[in-house]
Amino acid sequence: MIVAEGLAKHYGKVTALDGVDLRVPAGTVLGLLGPNGAGKTTAVRSLPPLLRPDTGRATVAGHDVLRDPAAVRKVIGLSGQYAAVDEHLTGRENLDMVGRLFHLGGKASQARAAELLERFDLVDAADRVTKTYSGGMRRRLDLAASLVARPQVIFLDEPTTGLDPRSRLGMWDVIRELVREGATLLLTTQYLEEADALADNIAIIDSGKLIAQGTANELKAQVGGERVELVVADRSEVPKAVAALESLATADPVVDEDTHMVTVQVSGGTRALADVVRELDTAGVVAQDLAFRRPTLDEVFLSLTGHSTEEGS
Amino acid sequence: MSLSYAVSDSVVITRRHLKHTTRIPELLFFSVMQPIIFILLFTVVFANAIKIPGMDYKNYMMPAIFVQTMAFATTGTAAGFADDLHKGLIDRFRSLPMARSAVLIGRLVAEAARNTLTLFIMIGAGYAVGFRFQNGLLPALGGIVLLVAFAFAFSSIGTVIGLGVKTVEAAQMAGMIWIFPLTFLSNGFVPMTSLPGWLQGIVRYSPVTAMNNALRAMFYGHGQALASPALQSVVWIAGISVVFLFLGVRQYKKAAG
Ligand SMILES: Nc1ncnc2c1ncn2[C@@H]1O[C@H](COP(=O)(O)OP(=O)(O)OP(=O)(O)O)[C@@H](O)[C@H]1O
Ligand SMILES: [Mg+2]
Repeated sequence: MIVAEGLAKHYGKVTALDGVDLRVPAGTVLGLLGPNGAGKTTAVRSLPPLLRPDTGRATVAGHDVLRDPAAVRKVIGLSGQYAAVDEHLTGRENLDMVGRLFHLGGKASQARAAELLERFDLVDAADRVTKTYSGGMRRRLDLAASLVARPQVIFLDEPTTGLDPRSRLGMWDVIRELVREGATLLLTTQYLEEADALADNIAIIDSGKLIAQGTANELKAQVGGERVELVVADRSEVPKAVAALESLATADPVVDEDTHMVTVQVSGGTRALADVVRELDTAGVVAQDLAFRRPTLDEVFLSLTGHSTEEGS
Repeated sequence: MSLSYAVSDSVVITRRHLKHTTRIPELLFFSVMQPIIFILLFTVVFANAIKIPGMDYKNYMMPAIFVQTMAFATTGTAAGFADDLHKGLIDRFRSLPMARSAVLIGRLVAEAARNTLTLFIMIGAGYAVGFRFQNGLLPALGGIVLLVAFAFAFSSIGTVIGLGVKTVEAAQMAGMIWIFPLTFLSNGFVPMTSLPGWLQGIVRYSPVTAMNNALRAMFYGHGQALASPALQSVVWIAGISVVFLFLGVRQYKKAAG
C-alpha cells in the first residue's frame, strides 16, 4: 500500500534522510521508530507529499506521490507531529471545515463531525473554541480531522507523544480499531513498547538511515529480550547479585554503582523472572526493588549500533 | 470541475476567516483605531499649516489616509499566513485534496470584506471631522471599490511575505516597514510641487500617487480628467495581484518543504 525507495533529503549540510526504503502492505501497521532528529518526520512528510525528497520515489495506494499527488491526497489522512487545529474555531467547526474541503458536502460533513466528536470523547467540548482545549484534546481532534474522509492510508507522526498514560492507551485503542476497519498505517514513535503494541512491522531509523527492520519478535531476537532490574541495599552486595545471575543472563549484566542497580538481560518471559528470584534467594541476596521490563529504545540502539541515542553517530 | 472546487473551497476558507473576525474583535478594533487616530492627528495638526490651493486640506489628505490604511492590509495577511504555517495548518490544508489556490483566495476575500468594513468606519470618522464626498454617489462608490481592490493587491503581497519568512514577528515587520515610505513618498499629504525635484520624478510614477489622483477625481471632481489616474491605478492593482498571487500559490505549494 505504501512503497518508498531510496528516499533522501538534505537540508544544507544536514542529512535528514539518507536512502530509506519502506514497505507497508495493505491492512498492516508499520512503526517507524527512532530518537529525536532521526528523520521520522521527514520520512512521513515526503509521502503525502508535503516536501519533495531530493532523490527516491514512492507510491501510496498505487499512486506516485510526486507525479500524482492529487490522487494520493484523496486516499490518505495525516496527523502531523504537532496538532494542527484552528484555535479560533470550535472542535466541531474544525472537523466540519475539513469535511467540506474533502468535498463531502455540508450535510455529510456535519454528520461526520458529530460522529467523530462522539468517538473521540469530545462531545462536551465540541462547541468550544479549541484554544481552550488541553494538549491531549487537541491531539485527539487532530487525529479526528485526519479521519474525516475515512482514509485507506493513515500517517501518524508521534500520535501519543505528550499524552498522559490513560490518553495514550485510549489512542492505542483507536489505532487498533482503525486497523480492524482495514486501514493501512504508518506511525512514528520514540517508544519501543508502542511500536511493539501496535505495529506488525517495525523499522528503526537513526541519522536518516534504516538500521533494522522486521517484526517485533525478529527485532527482539536481535536486541535480546526483557530486562530484569534489581536494586540492592548495599554496594557490597552488587558483586554477589551479579554472580548469582550470571547463569541466567543472555548478555553481560550492566551495573550502576551509584544506585546499586544491576540490569540483566534475560529470555523466556516471566519464567525468567521466577528464575531470577530463585537464584537471588539461593545466594542470599535481598533485593530492595525488582523490575521486569522490555528493552528501551536506548538499549535497542546500543545493541544495534554500539552507541546510545544520545551520542549521535 | 476543478474551477467549481476552487470556488467552493475558497468559500469554506473565507468562512473560516470571517469567523475569526467575529471571535477576535480586538483585531478589527485596533486595525480601525490606527487610521482614526491618523485622521484626527492630520486634521488637527496639519490642517492649518499646509495650504492646498483650491482645496480644503482635510479633503486633500483623506484619500491618502484611506490608501495608506488599505496598503497596511499587507501586514495582516503576512502575519496570518505566517501563523498558519507555524501552527501546521498550512500542512493540514496541503494534505487535503482541496484546490491549491483556495487557501490564498479564501483569505484574501475575507480580508476584502474586513477592509470594506474598515473603510466605511473611516469614512464615518472622516465625516465627523468635515470630510465630504462632493462629486455624487456613483463616483464615490467607484472610489471605494478601487480602494478595496487596492487592499486586495497589497494583501496578495502579504501572502508571499507570510509564506516566505520563518516567524509571525518577521512577517509583521516585513509587511510593514516599507508601507510608510511608500505612502508618504506620494502626493498624499503634501502637494507634489513641494517635494525636491529628483523625488518628484519617482513620486510621479508611484501607484499611491495614481490612487490619490484617481480618488480626488472621484470624490471631489478635482484635478485633471479621471481616466488617466484611474486607469493607472487599475493597471497597478491588476499587475500586483497577478504577479504576487502567482508567486504566492507557488510558495504555498512548496511551503516549509
Ligand atoms: N526544515 C528543515 N531545515 C533544516 N533542517 C531540518 C529541517 N527539517 C528537519 N531538519 C533536520 O533533519 C533531521 C531530521 O529531522 P526530523 O524532523 O525528520 O526528525 P524526527 O525523527 O522527526 O525527530 P523528532 O523525534 O525530534 O521529531 C534533523 O537533524 C533536523 O534538524
Ligand atoms: Mg518528528
